[in-house]
Amino acid sequence: MAVGHVLLGILDQGPAHGYDLKRIHDERFPSAKPLAFGQVYTTLAKLAKDDLVEVAETHQGGGPERTTYAITAAGIESLRAWLATTESAGPYPADELVRKTVTSLLRGTDTTAFLQRQRNTHLAVMRDLVAAQSEASSAAASIEIDHTIFHLDADLRWLETAAERVAADRTRTA
Amino acid sequence: MSELLDAQSVRKSFGRTEALRGASLSVAAGEVVAITGPSGSGKSTLLLCAAGVLRPESGRVTYDGHLLDDLDEADRSRLRRRDFGLVLQFGQLVPELTAAQNVALPLLLDRHDKAESFTAARGWLERLDALDLADARPGEMSGGESQRVAIARALVSGPRVIFADEPTGALDTVNSERVLQVLLEVARETSASLVIVTHENRVAAAADREVVLRDGCNEQRVDA
Repeated sequence: MAVGHVLLGILDQGPAHGYDLKRIHDERFPSAKPLAFGQVYTTLAKLAKDDLVEVAETHQGGGPERTTYAITAAGIESLRAWLATTESAGPYPADELVRKTVTSLLRGTDTTAFLQRQRNTHLAVMRDLVAAQSEASSAAASIEIDHTIFHLDADLRWLETAAERVAADRTRTA
Repeated sequence: MSELLDAQSVRKSFGRTEALRGASLSVAAGEVVAITGPSGSGKSTLLLCAAGVLRPESGRVTYDGHLLDDLDEADRSRLRRRDFGLVLQFGQLVPELTAAQNVALPLLLDRHDKAESFTAARGWLERLDALDLADARPGEMSGGESQRVAIARALVSGPRVIFADEPTGALDTVNSERVLQVLLEVARETSASLVIVTHENRVAAAADREVVLRDGCNEQRVDA
């Protein structure tokens, strides 16, 4: 229930309506997939059903009805428990990049050229992130960017090692 | 951008070990170039040959149109003091000297006025957020602090090319980021070129261009 707890984390700082929750979520986690409004309201409905949030106010202005939600005592307890629980490390299933590299190698395609092009692609994204990091305005923003940078870095080191293994294999079989 | 530094087909051996087997590197004025590659691929040797610290056995290194090989040792030393700034992985500060003395050293060796040299040294220490270390000796500094002092020393003479050999290699992420940021900012502000040897992808990503070495040669690159 990650999205639910992230929304509880936002509501823990004060009541908010669905639109604000989506906006704050997307600002906090720019590298995450933006929340769809439908997902926000479905999640809020489930949180309300579980008594973790409650309706604080319903406002009927000129536009559509706007409901402001607040976290409940049970919601705060659920949030605390979630924050105290560690996440599992992996497993990291082979993604498209791994499958493509292995298939290319076994087929005899020019894997070195592919790995170099992929490295360029990864480095270009890393370049944007390093620039964004230098302008990050808070520790929270830096940490969010760090997470993507470190994962990209792991991919880049994997790409380098793969290139070295391909080169060594070519020398051995030549 | 016009080419400022050009090392072509450089070969260099240490005993029976061939560190460079025809590697090349060209750097334009104001350009930031990262030299990357596996351990033992010749990255540092190429940087030191380009900086005139090591003499290649063959190949040619030109700086601002002049062949480094044509210069005698005194001229090479002068070039390294005035036009080049060198930053190494562990700072390599003189342990007996304070931070201010270390930073002023290149100017003092170049017979600049003592008071002016120390004013410039303190100015760079301040720029690098290290003025409070002015009277500290290297043994009293952390890795990140030593490195910032070493950068100040490399920059005090207003180099046109800054050579940095794994400048962030011994630092944690936050200090590494800070050191990299300072190097990039200063290079940009002074229009100096920056040649940086690194095994860190985030450092390589900050460069304008990457030169990849493998077994002492430039890796054959495919089009991006």
